[in-house]
Amino acid sequence: MAAGMQAARPAASRGAIRIEDVVKVYDPDGAAVMAVDHCSLDIEPGEICMIVGPSGCGKTTLLNAIAGFHSITSGSITLDGEVLCSERKPKAEPGSDRIVVFQNGALFPWKTNLENVAFGPTMLGKLSKSEVTEKALGMMADAGLSGVEHNFPGEVSSGVRRRVEIVRALMNDPKVLLLDEPYRALDSLTKSVMHEALLEIYYKNKVTIFFITHDLEEAIFLGHKVAIMTTRPCKPKKVLTVDIPHPRDYSVLTSKRFRELMEETSDAVHEEALKAFRAGEKEG
Amino acid sequence: MAAQKFNTTSLARGLVSILLFLVLWEIGSRSKHWLGADIFGPLREALGAMGFKKTYIPWIGAVPAPTEVLRAWVDVIGDAGYWHSWYMSSFRVAAGFVAAMLIGIPFGLMLAVNRTAFGIGFPVFEVLRPIPPLAWVPASIIFWPTQEMSIAFVTFLGAFYTIVINVVGGARSIDGRYFQAAQSMGSSRWDIFRRIILPGTLPSIVVGSAVGMGITWEVVVAAEMISGGGSQIGGTSGGGLGFFIWNSYVGGSYEQIVVGMISIGIAGFISSELLRSLGKYVTPWLRLR
Repeated sequence: MAAGMQAARPAASRGAIRIEDVVKVYDPDGAAVMAVDHCSLDIEPGEICMIVGPSGCGKTTLLNAIAGFHSITSGSITLDGEVLCSERKPKAEPGSDRIVVFQNGALFPWKTNLENVAFGPTMLGKLSKSEVTEKALGMMADAGLSGVEHNFPGEVSSGVRRRVEIVRALMNDPKVLLLDEPYRALDSLTKSVMHEALLEIYYKNKVTIFFITHDLEEAIFLGHKVAIMTTRPCKPKKVLTVDIPHPRDYSVLTSKRFRELMEETSDAVHEEALKAFRAGEKEG
Repeated sequence: MAAQKFNTTSLARGLVSILLFLVLWEIGSRSKHWLGADIFGPLREALGAMGFKKTYIPWIGAVPAPTEVLRAWVDVIGDAGYWHSWYMSSFRVAAGFVAAMLIGIPFGLMLAVNRTAFGIGFPVFEVLRPIPPLAWVPASIIFWPTQEMSIAFVTFLGAFYTIVINVVGGARSIDGRYFQAAQSMGSSRWDIFRRIILPGTLPSIVVGSAVGMGITWEVVVAAEMISGGGSQIGGTSGGGLGFFIWNSYVGGSYEQIVVGMISIGIAGFISSELLRSLGKYVTPWLRLR
């Protein structure tokens, strides 16, 4: 493979996320709950950064802050040097430079797959209708989605839906894709297909990917960088650089280096899962 | 293929169901011995001896048999007054229902979208909602200048509440992620209303309309009976199926009562079917897999 591909760092000029000292305190019924605790993390342009942590650890809070769906309490998040949110402006403005792919999918069920994919550019109104359709058809074909354009999302498998949603996100030409456990509900066979499909799409469209998961194997397979988070409050416990060169395929899973990295990190993940489980027991 | 087979089977079952019902009814009505004098005879006699009126015991023999009803139907089928009753009731249902849609859908959407509108509008709505439409009949006769308008108004009420409640519930249960996704992709508030809230509420509008349509038929018939439809059988003004039934009762034509009842059943069925196919047409994403 090309020398440029060898490095863990991909060539992309935009999409650098800097999370600095972010704190998020929820205050439901007066009882303050700290969801994110002085969390700092740097994500390079075009990097796949995997955020690993047990369910309910506060990862999604971080994603919502970047997307502009929720506010932060203190600290700051910048995208390419531009402040998204800080103490002075706690809630970022949602924008098409940061598109979220949701956990259970958020394709509009009343629009066909093609209409869903065309939604973003249609909203922005910079292209004519036929240009939008042409671009959408092209991107769908690139992602192996020919044939389902005129189906409704409810008519295709969940794996196809997830791919349509990623294409819909990419149609907005975002700097960052925010993926919130997108493959959680998929069976492991579909998941493995989806991983390769995601990488394929990624190699064609170099964007920064902020990918939340609780699956360590998925994280190491996909990511340039894996941030293992502590459970509530959430902050990086261990940040791992995956030195397996891209492009990757499924043979990576059985490689020696992959196994070593899994061994190196699984204790940390397990420890946090245990903590989350005990905390859950106490609350329950 | 599988769907085709299912349709044939369910059609056959439906026919058997209706046929069985008619046959039992015919036997029950014809045979003065079945469910009638012979089984309940001693009981009737005993109650009669205790001083109760014998007629207190219901008896299916008192209901005209389907064949007699059919004969009465054949008699009125060429009668312009009978068809005029159909027309009048259908017209009132359509008027009240369309008015309920035209006012109810925007009103419901406004309540769902605007917090202030909800805070001000909903309490009044919730106090008025439990009042049955028929309780409005006297007041609306006083209020509206013509009888026609008062019947249409009561019919409107029948569908209005159901449609509004469904629209509010439907709009409020739209998944929040759709709004977030649309917002990220640069949608304006108007875009979100038009492209997310409206189509997202459409299934509930369809359901609310179907239920509302059913209530509309209930209400129109009762309103016609209470207010007196205006004309006799054979006449061509006023009327309505509700009045047709009432008039048949007053005139002692029991077969015609049943003719009127079944006519309403058919009319209700046709309007539900029409709505259902219209509903399927406007929500194509719901007929899936």
